[in-house]
Amino acid sequence: MVVQVKKRKKAMVLREDCVACGACLKVCPVNATVIYRGIFAVIDSARCIGCSRCATICPASAINMKELE
Amino acid sequence: MRKSWKDKMWIVTIIYFSLGFFNIMFAWFGMVCFLVPILMSLFGKEKAFCNSYCGRGQLFSLLGSNPRMSLNKELPAFLRNKWFRYGFLLFFTAMFLNMLFTTWAVFSESTGVNESIRFLWTFDLPWKLANRAGNNVSLWIIQFAYGFYSLMLTSLVLGLISMFIYRPRAWCVYCPIGTVTQMICKIKEGEGL
Repeated sequence: MVVQVKKRKKAMVLREDCVACGACLKVCPVNATVIYRGIFAVIDSARCIGCSRCATICPASAINMKELE
Repeated sequence: MRKSWKDKMWIVTIIYFSLGFFNIMFAWFGMVCFLVPILMSLFGKEKAFCNSYCGRGQLFSLLGSNPRMSLNKELPAFLRNKWFRYGFLLFFTAMFLNMLFTTWAVFSESTGVNESIRFLWTFDLPWKLANRAGNNVSLWIIQFAYGFYSLMLTSLVLGLISMFIYRPRAWCVYCPIGTVTQMICKIKEGEGL
């Protein structure tokens, strides 16, 4: 019997592409996002519930959902 | 996601643009949107203006959250490219300096006040009715108001078009003030631009 383990997705920020506009701050239901020194967004993966709202709203497409091992 | 007064700044943006239709002198208040973000990033508040106080960004978020107001497409890669962002900043700065030059020309009385809004840096829209400054105000002050409101209205319309086609806050990607404040933060942190 093969047991499929569903991997959880987490939001990851592409630092180079982030414009630090803060759109992701407003939509995160668990306040997992902060803007690091006005340069890029940082998402606390321990808090992230993988809802992908930030990835959907990010105007710079700098947030991707990645499966974590 | 607690709401506070800071989340209501979009109302200020609507009031600002509405007032400009009736009295062009209110355009001067728009300087707040230029100076405050830059001063905040210079004095340790990083991008707090963009993140919490930008009424224009809030307005785009609010309108764009309605599926009928935004197609929600991904911004093309060339518009997200940092060279486009810096290029647009350069262009915007050049247009701002051009506006200052026109103001100076009126100040030095080499030309009269152009009572129109230069939309998209090209089209002159008649705006004479909004000139209610009276006779006691220097002409260069009125000219600056017209020039500044032109920049503000043009960027608002560009932002609304971006919001409609792309994601709600697509304007924020190439907003010149956002680019400048992020540049300041990067320089302060010793990061490469």
